[in-house]
Amino acid sequence: MKAKNKQAAGKARENGSSRKPVKRRDPDAHYDLRLYVAGQTPKSLAAFANLKNLCDLHLTGKYKIEVIDLISKPQRAREDQIIAIPTLVRRLPEPVKKIIGDLCDTQKTLIGLDLSEAGRDGTDD
Amino acid sequence: MYFISEPDDMIRKKAITKNRISLPKSPTGIKGLDEITDGGLPKGRPTLVCGGAGCGKSMLGVEFLVRGVTEFNEPGVLMTFEELPEDVIKNSRSLGFDIDGLIARKKLFLDYVRVERSEIQETGEYDLEGIFVRLNYAIESLGAKRVVLDTIESLFVGLTNVSILRAELRRLFNWLKEKGVTAIITGEKGEGTLTRNGLEEYVSDCVIMLDHRVIDQVSTRRLRVVKYRGSTHGTNEYPFLINENGFSVLPISSLGLSHDVSSERISTGVERLDAMLGGKGYYRGSSVLISGTAGTGKSSLASYFVDAASRRGERTLYFAFEESPQQIIRNMRSIGLNLEPWVKKGLLQFHSSRPTLYGLETHLAVMHKIVKEFQPRAVVVDPISNLINTGSSTEVRSMLLRLVDFFKSKQITALFTSLTSLGDSTLEETDIGVSSIMDTWLLLRDIELGGERNRGIYVLKSRGMAHSNQIREFLISNNGIDIRDVYVGPEGVLTCSMRLAQEAREKADKMTRELEMEAKQRMLERKRAAIEAQIAAMRAEFEGAEAELTKELKQETARVRQLQVDELDMARSRKADRKTAGLNGESRYSR
Repeated sequence: MKAKNKQAAGKARENGSSRKPVKRRDPDAHYDLRLYVAGQTPKSLAAFANLKNLCDLHLTGKYKIEVIDLISKPQRAREDQIIAIPTLVRRLPEPVKKIIGDLCDTQKTLIGLDLSEAGRDGTDD
Repeated sequence: MYFISEPDDMIRKKAITKNRISLPKSPTGIKGLDEITDGGLPKGRPTLVCGGAGCGKSMLGVEFLVRGVTEFNEPGVLMTFEELPEDVIKNSRSLGFDIDGLIARKKLFLDYVRVERSEIQETGEYDLEGIFVRLNYAIESLGAKRVVLDTIESLFVGLTNVSILRAELRRLFNWLKEKGVTAIITGEKGEGTLTRNGLEEYVSDCVIMLDHRVIDQVSTRRLRVVKYRGSTHGTNEYPFLINENGFSVLPISSLGLSHDVSSERISTGVERLDAMLGGKGYYRGSSVLISGTAGTGKSSLASYFVDAASRRGERTLYFAFEESPQQIIRNMRSIGLNLEPWVKKGLLQFHSSRPTLYGLETHLAVMHKIVKEFQPRAVVVDPISNLINTGSSTEVRSMLLRLVDFFKSKQITALFTSLTSLGDSTLEETDIGVSSIMDTWLLLRDIELGGERNRGIYVLKSRGMAHSNQIREFLISNNGIDIRDVYVGPEGVLTCSMRLAQEAREKADKMTRELEMEAKQRMLERKRAAIEAQIAAMRAEFEGAEAELTKELKQETARVRQLQVDELDMARSRKADRKTAGLNGESRYSR
């Protein structure tokens, strides 16, 4: 029993520590981002602009943004489970994250992208 | 309450047929629902279907779409927010809907919208254009006319910005109207409101509420049209059920009292009973109630009726709520009735179920279904009183009313048995109060006399025929049912052994009386003979006397004449004058 408990504790520690390396690895990871829009609406344009700024600031050279216009590819909405517009999907690194809205709140967007640490780094700069 | 609704319905229907240019409607194809809504859901508009968990909202939506395709050739789109597509397909397969096939034939589009709060981060302004795009794509790709959103309220769980949501939902429903699709939007029932998030604010053309109530451990599903703009609709709560054939709503009574009647008569299976019913038995298509206390032979009488119908080659359906088919067959064999051959021939079908197996409405629907499949000419429901356990007496009455109506509309002779409890002061009152809807009512009762319990039968009423008003004794023996006259005398009604005793007594009485009469007759004969002898003797005497007297009379006359001759001779000889002679003559005569 004791041994098992120790093992469990060990696992917990491993898990705890494993989370951190992911975040530490974040800066090196490549970001595959998709922005779903429906036509060139002000919200979509704002979202794209906000996203571009944010990535340039925090993910320089490590990101790719694919903009999908659902007006021309409506079937993609179903395939990718899109409800709201604009939606930002972080496809890589895993896990997949979704952020809806025009991304005007940078802090929230960073949290959504799991870049909050990097965000803090940014403010330190 | 249900009675009142019927004429209302009829008035409504008349009014509608007068100016039929009312709201265009989209028939659902669901049994009964189109009747209640007078033709279906508002065409090109959204309808809100709300209700608690497990009330059948989704099923209603799915059936609306499937029937739309199969019956009205209108393709449909199902957007689910809760159920996974696989589950939808699986669940509807149990109702006999081939969703897979319809999807493959591009008649149905299934879109599952996953809304998971933990996966979504909201920042800033957004709209639900994604759903619009998806819906639009689905509608356009099939040319869909029908849309079901099940349950769009999930968005309230997944998204936090309620003001955006509300604005977007309003936009969505308006957009659906513009699209001209007939939509069903389902919503979970809220506390004090129709839906948890007040969807009724946006969808106000037609609101249907579903309910799943459990009373005394028996569940009944109900449907009510809360509102229907621009159309009249049934306002009652209508029971409905979901079975292997899908959804069916049962309007309390979809027909007026206008069914055809037959004047054909069919045998009750018991000769003497036929005789009691005007000599011919029941009317075809009539409803017959046999009520009585426990063990008075209700089922036996019903079985005789079944047997008679089978002998005529007519199909009969026997709904047993108390006994299993085997038990009935065995028991009837004990009174000399073999029902098994009829079952084997396919003329007789038993359907046994516990009354508590399901709710009344399910019973009703099951009966409808079986009757429609088997097409019987006669039906036995044995006993109806057991159904009371499954609902309140109002419900049972309305259910039986509909059942009777249904049988009548199909010209099926229906025989119901009802158990009356012993505690009742009056036997002439069924517990369910259905007697008024029955055409013929036979009452079986116990007659307790002289330490014996015997059965009596009489016809309480029988519409449209001259029937006996006599109480008859009802005997069940190894050879079957026998109906006999009872002894009705100064001491009341006597049955069985008392009747036999009384009859024996009467016989003895009669015999003594006969003997007495014979004796009296003989005495009379003797008296007559004696008197006649006397008369003869007297006559003889009289004749003797008469002869004597005549003889004397003759002698006397002769003597008188001789005397006169002598006198004349004397006078002649004396030469006397005529005067003296005359005087002498006078004096003699005066003497």
